[in-house]
Amino acid sequence: MRVALFVTCINDTLYPRTGQAVVTLLERLGVEVDFPGAQSCCGQPQFNTGYRHATEPLVHRFDRAFRDYAYVVTPSGSCAAMVRDNYPRIGAKAAAEGRGRELADAAARAVPKTYELTEFLVDVLKVTDVGAYYPHTVTYHPTCHGLRMLGLGDRPRRLLEHVRGLELRELPGAEECCGFGGTFAVKNPAVSAAMGADKVRAVARTGASAVCTVDNSCLMHIGGTLARQGSRVRPVHIAEILAATEDGAEGGAVPGAVDGAEGGAR
Amino acid sequence: MSGTSLGMPAFPRAAAVSTGDSRLRANLTHATHTIRDKRARAVAELDDWAQLRAAGAAVKDRTLRHLDHYLERLEESVVAAGGRVHWAADAEEANRIVTRLVRETGEREVVKVKSMATQEIGLNEALAEAGIRAYETDLAELIVQLGDDLPSHILVPAIHRNRSEIRDIFLREMGSWGRPAPEGLSDSPAELAEAARLHLREKFLTAKVGISGANFMVAESGTLVVVESEGNGRMCLTLPETLISVVGIEKTVPTWQDLEIFLQLLPRSSTAERMNPYTTTWTGTTDGDGPRTFHLVLLDNGRTDTLADTVGRQALRCIRCSACLNVCPVYERAGGHAYGSPYPGPIGAILTPQLRGIEGSLEASLPYASSLCGACYEVCPVAIDIPEVLVHLRERVVEGGPVTRRGTRTVLKPARGHAAERAAMRAAAWAFDHPGALRGGMRLASRTRRLHPRRLPGPGRAWSDSRELPAVAAESFRDWWRRTRGEQRPDGASGEGRGGVR
Ligand code: SF4
Repeated sequence: MRVALFVTCINDTLYPRTGQAVVTLLERLGVEVDFPGAQSCCGQPQFNTGYRHATEPLVHRFDRAFRDYAYVVTPSGSCAAMVRDNYPRIGAKAAAEGRGRELADAAARAVPKTYELTEFLVDVLKVTDVGAYYPHTVTYHPTCHGLRMLGLGDRPRRLLEHVRGLELRELPGAEECCGFGGTFAVKNPAVSAAMGADKVRAVARTGASAVCTVDNSCLMHIGGTLARQGSRVRPVHIAEILAATEDGAEGGAVPGAVDGAEGGAR
Repeated sequence: MSGTSLGMPAFPRAAAVSTGDSRLRANLTHATHTIRDKRARAVAELDDWAQLRAAGAAVKDRTLRHLDHYLERLEESVVAAGGRVHWAADAEEANRIVTRLVRETGEREVVKVKSMATQEIGLNEALAEAGIRAYETDLAELIVQLGDDLPSHILVPAIHRNRSEIRDIFLREMGSWGRPAPEGLSDSPAELAEAARLHLREKFLTAKVGISGANFMVAESGTLVVVESEGNGRMCLTLPETLISVVGIEKTVPTWQDLEIFLQLLPRSSTAERMNPYTTTWTGTTDGDGPRTFHLVLLDNGRTDTLADTVGRQALRCIRCSACLNVCPVYERAGGHAYGSPYPGPIGAILTPQLRGIEGSLEASLPYASSLCGACYEVCPVAIDIPEVLVHLRERVVEGGPVTRRGTRTVLKPARGHAAERAAMRAAAWAFDHPGALRGGMRLASRTRRLHPRRLPGPGRAWSDSRELPAVAAESFRDWWRRTRGEQRPDGASGEGRGGVR
């Protein structure tokens, strides 16, 4: 099976090791991974801030980059949700504004083939044991987009439960938003920071050495709050846990995603 | 009352203050978490909740689509049942009508059933100006009124107060409004409720005019419905000689049978009860029973304009259950007052800018008062996709676009003050669509990563005040892929070397 990796702009620039982990993981599971270089940002920051028209070229770009693939896999719940929930809206609105069906058609092509990573593993590859080894205590924060827009349910947890050496700790108030929300973090800093502080307090209460999510954007906010507080808890993307093995480089220490850029890329 | 919702600072400023109020935060966290857990249990009891929810949304949508028709039906039925109907285009007109109607009775005091519509139009203040005293009879509204305060929650307007604050307010203020609080009043809920009961009984037994809103209006029979927990509403709806109901036009349902759906959805969503303790219905007037004169004031105040927006109109389905407030992480930290309107929380963030227009700075900031986490949509019993409407309204704020104001289609200009952001968003979108340019920028960022500040100036400071910034990677994923995997797909659709070419 051949899939296209949609790495997303934030992973491309800030968290490349998450993308590398997806490649490692999928190849280990016998999947052939392509990285179409024409890909770019899904347009979520612009769209969610109200700049729908600025988002439109990015819908076309997504369509062009991934047109030839049956599956597009992305390690980002919110970017997958952007494609699946909002691309059709963008298409419908353009059509309603009398600008034809091109965007709607692009959206219709993108929606059915776009999968968030854990969804792809569980629903398409039908695996929950990906052969990972990660000897640490981990707590899982289900991000809002993964939880409510994509309906990931217990897929990420089922994958984590099969990781050898990993001890999963229940996160109190897990389903509450961490307070990131894209530009919300900048437009309403007081409320966003208060939400982040509460989330980090809940993480600390688990006693886990790492907190993981399906989305580095939320993790950037949680990790940034943890780092500011001098916490030793590490933010880590689920792909990096699932890619880790006993003999692999990822298996030894908890990858420090706060400075995750330092990882295997050197 | 001196309190008013108008002239509030924009949301982020107001919220920054309230978020720092630890007593308010504690009161709100305790109250909202208790009710949200209870609601979840009450909803889980019904196997057909999803279908009920869909049915509720469908009935409301259908009614709203043909609202002109159903309102005419409603008027006919109310008149046939002995009531009188008045149409109010805006708050001012509604206040004028009610003031006149009260004056015609010769009375100077009225008792009120808790009503969002009369708060929306500032009726109590308008009556006060005309020398008429309006007494709130809902316990929480009473607390707000006595405390010269503003409501901060749809269902529990005094949610921001705890018991000891309430005792202090009762002891201090009840005497100047009527029967004083008993000396030595403690802050036990039973004693507080008893003090309110004795204080209010005096009003119920003397008032000749009652003012209410309604949860529903049944078009086919002209019946109005109020759903409540305390029974004070029923006293106001049955004892006075004159009853004036001020109701938003969107509260219409076609038939009596439609109530079946909403009388299941509403109590479970709002108070987590299977059935609310009091459901009062009244149809015009009846000889020898209840008020002898009944007036219905139908309130538009921005609702027809809202209806004209095909995305935003779903806000008019709202049955004011307050479930969305109770799950909202932003409401929980910011408190209701920051929303500058009787409609706080997620529903307030989409309703207020639509009813009032988004030109004001508060109204323009409300669509951004959300992290788009979607918890509100998940609990809403009539399936209002609040995040969808928020993003839609954000677009109106920054891009402008077609809107209806007072029945006339106009094109809104983009809001001022977003120029820098608009430029940045467009630049980002352009760069993301031109990989060559983007890659250059990214490589530059990588090479200069050691020079990047750990604290940002300008709007970025809001981020770095409380959170560390992530570091730009030494090598982007894109570059890593090229370095380790070599060139791109054979079909050349990689974008490599094609930067900027469409
Ligand atoms: S928007 Fe929905 S959840 Fe919120 S008050 Fe209205 S009906 Fe209830």
